[in-house]
Amino acid sequence: MKRLIFALTWLLPTMVFAASGGVELQSANNDITDQASLQTGAKLYVNYCMGCHSLQYARFQRIGKDLGLTDDDLKEHLMFGAEKVGETITIAMDQDDAERWFGVTPPDLSVIARARGTDWLYTYMLSFYLDPSRPMGVNNLVFKDVGMPHVLWEQQGWQKAVHKSETDAQGHSHEVIELELVNPADKEKAEQYEKDMRNLVNFLEYIGEPAKLERHSLGWKVLLFLFIFLGFSVALKKEYWRDIH
Amino acid sequence: MNKMLTASLEWVDTRFPLTKMWNEHLAQYYAPKNFNVWYYFGSLALVLLVLQIITGIFLAVNYKPDAGLAFASVEYIMRDVDYGWLIRYMHSTGASFFFIVVYLHMFRALLYGSYKKPRELLWIIGMFIYMCLMAESFFGYLLPWGQMSFWGAQVIISLFGAIPYVGEDLAVWVRGDYVIGDATLNRFFVYHVVLVPMLLLVLAVVHIIALHEVGSNNPDGIEIKKNKDPKTGIPLDGIPFHPYYTVKDIVGVTVFAIIFCAVIFYAPEMGGYFLEHNNFFPADPMKTPEHISPSWYFTPFYAILRAVPDKFLGVIAMGGSIVVLFFLPWLDRSPVKSIRYKGWIFKLALSLFVVSFFGLAYLGMQAPTPMKTLFAQIFTIIYFAFFLLMPWYSKIDKTKPVPERVTD
Repeated sequence: MKRLIFALTWLLPTMVFAASGGVELQSANNDITDQASLQTGAKLYVNYCMGCHSLQYARFQRIGKDLGLTDDDLKEHLMFGAEKVGETITIAMDQDDAERWFGVTPPDLSVIARARGTDWLYTYMLSFYLDPSRPMGVNNLVFKDVGMPHVLWEQQGWQKAVHKSETDAQGHSHEVIELELVNPADKEKAEQYEKDMRNLVNFLEYIGEPAKLERHSLGWKVLLFLFIFLGFSVALKKEYWRDIH
Repeated sequence: MNKMLTASLEWVDTRFPLTKMWNEHLAQYYAPKNFNVWYYFGSLALVLLVLQIITGIFLAVNYKPDAGLAFASVEYIMRDVDYGWLIRYMHSTGASFFFIVVYLHMFRALLYGSYKKPRELLWIIGMFIYMCLMAESFFGYLLPWGQMSFWGAQVIISLFGAIPYVGEDLAVWVRGDYVIGDATLNRFFVYHVVLVPMLLLVLAVVHIIALHEVGSNNPDGIEIKKNKDPKTGIPLDGIPFHPYYTVKDIVGVTVFAIIFCAVIFYAPEMGGYFLEHNNFFPADPMKTPEHISPSWYFTPFYAILRAVPDKFLGVIAMGGSIVVLFFLPWLDRSPVKSIRYKGWIFKLALSLFVVSFFGLAYLGMQAPTPMKTLFAQIFTIIYFAFFLLMPWYSKIDKTKPVPERVTD
């Protein structure tokens, strides 16, 4: 009976439903316990992203505490205005202006990593390409017709889309779009850019849930206690149940 | 010291039946001695009810039921409130685990015929608890005010619109507005923290009183009250709930806590099933998500809704899939309770039912395609056939003789 249930349940996933298409995401492969990477990511964020994207639920002080930075470090490297360290990370750009300039208000990025996932963000940052039909001159493979310009083009170098035809295992040919550097001499720069984006995405994952650092380090202690408690509770149960049966 | 305690207890007992209640429900409540692993889920459901209420109180202290503030207040809890993240994950994970535990608890009743005479009313009270639980989670899911909160509620409430004549007005009345908005959020908050929890608590107490009146069923489906010690009147196969099952349930609760904490600390989003990725986008009435699906515990019923081509009939089918469970005690006409003594027809029917339930759960999460809709329709037919054909197949099914006394 039980075996039948299990057998039938396992059958389910084998009922093949074709997966939906889309761009294959690249693995961000980031590590939020890597403090140096988080610091680099934070620096990139305040320098290149914070002009338009706030982190309105996060506070400088918390970043300092979690990333091992003193208040002075924060003021020197991450804060450029008259804010206080206890404040949330807001921006000066007016929302209506932003909408006029970009067609859409640049979203707050406090929890973007939880909504999009790190792989999506990483791939997104690597997938800008030249497209003269767009108002900002660029388009993005994972976010079609995005309003955002390629802010970091100087770091990466421009990419162009190359249309290729590929034959898959079933013998069907598909048109795929691949991105190539316009200027092959930018290769070294582009490699550094990938590393930078890994750090930036790492920071975004951290800022999406600062408690993640804490919960991973607290979790195993709680579980250890529970396993020891389980030993005692099993022994107690056995002691009481000795005279039953 | 001991003397003083005894005296105090006597003082209370002359004014309130404390010792009497303790004995009736714990120390002298005789439960069958052959409970297996399926019998942990009742006490676990009670533990979860208490956990949800306590964590809910802590959350409500910092949560703001205001369309302009709700999303931010949840992030405030996650970041700035001391251990707010822990409380919130306990609550969000608790909601999903509540359904897992209750589904297993209900499946136990299906396995061992715990809904059959004399436990029909016990089953019906349980079904009301299940419906309250669905209402509770539906109302609660709006509160984080993310995209899935907003659009999930939008889809479900718009179903009222399918009711002829009064539908649209009814939907507006439920929302308090023409779209989901601040009015909806405010009233759902009240239902979530006051109205439904009160109903749940009362129903849980009534459920336990009804259980202790008829006595617990067991994996053999034997009435232990039929074999009593002639001198003491205590069932021969019964043991006092306390201490035997209290110490046993501590083991169950500890194992549960290990699994629960592993999720809280290492996978609170559970790959997007317990906390959906899309719900980290703040609610935006101007932006409809590409794919809207309810929380995983509603997806079997959502799949039934979508399997029916007509919207109104779909709503009827979805409602019917819950309502039909209420009639289970009278649909099962097998002479035996437990699956251990039922024949192959019931075993096959139950297996098909389980497969179709999981199948519907999966399909309810997916964007519909013609192929998937066809599968959903097949599973929907199996789901209803399991119940509606039961009076027939449970009667012709060949059963095995039930022993006098409980086994193992």
